[in-house]
Amino acid sequence: MTLDRWTAFILMGICLLYGYTAWFNMDAGLAPFMQRNPIWPSTFPKLLSLIGLFTSFIILFGLERSEPVIGDIDYRRLHEYKLGQAIGMLVLMVLYALTLKPLGFLVATASFLILGAYILGERKWIIMIPVGVIATFCVWYLVSEVLEIYMRPLPLIFNLGS
Amino acid sequence: MLEGMLIGLQTALSIKMLIVVIGGCLIGTFIGMLPGLGPMSIIAIMIPVAISMGDPAAALILLAGVYYGAIFGGSTSSILLNAPGVAGTVATSFDGYPMTRQGKAGKALTIAAISSFCGGTIGAILLMIFAPMLSSVALLFHSAEYFALMIVGLSAIAAFAGTGQVSKAVLMTTIGLMMATVGQGALFNTPRFTMGIMDLQSGFGFITLAMAMFALPEALFLILRPRNIAEVSNGDIKNLRISSSEMRSIAPVIGRQSIQGFFIGVLPGAGATIASFLGWAVERNIAKKEEQDQFGKGSIKGLAAPETANNAACTGSFVPLLTLGIPGSGTTAILLGALIALNVSPGPRLMLDEPQIFWSVIISMYIGNLVLLVLNLPLIPYIAKVLSVPRNYLIPFIMFFTLMGAYIGQNNATELLLLVAFGICATALKFANFPLAPLLIGFILGGMLEDNFSRSMQLYDGVAFIWERPMTLGLLIIAAILIVLPRWRAHRARNQHAEVADGD
Repeated sequence: MTLDRWTAFILMGICLLYGYTAWFNMDAGLAPFMQRNPIWPSTFPKLLSLIGLFTSFIILFGLERSEPVIGDIDYRRLHEYKLGQAIGMLVLMVLYALTLKPLGFLVATASFLILGAYILGERKWIIMIPVGVIATFCVWYLVSEVLEIYMRPLPLIFNLGS
Repeated sequence: MLEGMLIGLQTALSIKMLIVVIGGCLIGTFIGMLPGLGPMSIIAIMIPVAISMGDPAAALILLAGVYYGAIFGGSTSSILLNAPGVAGTVATSFDGYPMTRQGKAGKALTIAAISSFCGGTIGAILLMIFAPMLSSVALLFHSAEYFALMIVGLSAIAAFAGTGQVSKAVLMTTIGLMMATVGQGALFNTPRFTMGIMDLQSGFGFITLAMAMFALPEALFLILRPRNIAEVSNGDIKNLRISSSEMRSIAPVIGRQSIQGFFIGVLPGAGATIASFLGWAVERNIAKKEEQDQFGKGSIKGLAAPETANNAACTGSFVPLLTLGIPGSGTTAILLGALIALNVSPGPRLMLDEPQIFWSVIISMYIGNLVLLVLNLPLIPYIAKVLSVPRNYLIPFIMFFTLMGAYIGQNNATELLLLVAFGICATALKFANFPLAPLLIGFILGGMLEDNFSRSMQLYDGVAFIWERPMTLGLLIIAAILIVLPRWRAHRARNQHAEVADGD
């Protein structure tokens, strides 16, 4: 089975779950006066689940014929690309999301930029560190002073006293 | 109308707006030049900035400037590197890159800039003529027609997705619509599909989704397959002049393609990409025999055609957005999302209620095009230096701006985790060749679609509005034809093909 059929299969599962919720779970808590309404909160989702199921069925069983198109990247040869770097960057993004509040904007961002360059293969620390730190300060200044959006700059421990 | 224009002129020519236009164009060109980053990503990254400016006119002008700049920047990288940053400028590289290899990079850039300028300007004039006409018709529409019209828009986007892609596009649209139903809607006051998670109470963030659908997969693709973007030496961009005979030969091309591109751009789903390919093909077919051989080998007509058409189409795509409030492309969908975030609802009333927004956007389009021609063109040799920034520094910054865009609006770290999760899903969908723009368009239109549907259901106490309002019925039939027609044509083409093969 090709990747687009697998994807359609997964999406069909999502549509089934969504449809199950819409058809069987949502109307239970409906207030009696709402039941006289021609439209319920579940009406539109019910329609959507049917359309979603129908189209994913078409893709899954290949009813709409199409030539296999290889996009920008051929997923069958994914291991030949720099997969490790991509996964590394994704992990780094998750870490950034988790540490942004506790570490504060400045530390988290500077580390993100420096480690990001490191993951991508850069080893010139003497350039990496100043670029990361200066860029972080510039962005922080722009966001908090010019756009006036508050972001805690320093780690949490420095704020505990205040 | 004249009064509105004057208000718009006054707004657009204020110092603040001029700075905004120039800034937007420069930023757009700068980022648009980087291969792999399309206008949708750039606009998505700029949205938090635009929203925090607080003034809807300024925000829309900034984003429109960024959009034009990105298309212009995209053509620059097509011409110099044969690496189009934007699908709409792929056709530009057909003739632009051969010109660079012949040492005529400067001339190619000038032709591109002039064609873009003319395409954009003529497009803006046509927009001024057609937008008011369309919005006066649209004022007659009721919620039933709006519902049907959105269905037509969504079907058209699916229909233009390409052969064998229609059901994928419909499925993606549906998924987008499903995602729009998550959270507490205004209509029913009951949280839906939140799975008990508090953070989903307000639904998915539109910026988060836009970033996850476009910016993040593009950045991941850049990591996965490094392109050598620093291979051009920037010293060889010189001699930006073109001769008057060359100007004369491309003038008719520009005239034709401005009009053709504009009308293709107005159609939902068609947009700049189709306009540019079609423009190139049409000009090739009607050219003289000896000129025809030049196409694809560095013909100036072959360069002028797609460049004019894609800019005119960009302008054209503003028509449905400004008059009906229905975006025809991913980019205008993002603009619509930004407008909604600023409490402006585009639609036929926009021109009457907030003429300063409507007209200042149109007028700033002229200014934007002028800025691109006078300011950006001479600066191109310097702007092209951005291509020599090493990838190792560039990519962390792109990813950081994606994260910031999702964070600034919400101040919520969960949003960042959602961004990464959706980004991974979007990348997987991109591998499997599922189009992502329909998902976002469905998501943005979802709320309005359901509102209009529910209102019509309530007014007519059921689905009777479909056959009791002829216009609604007509529009829905058009939508059905749009979905069925490509399949039927593909089927017929296959049958004909089979017969020919048998005959041979």
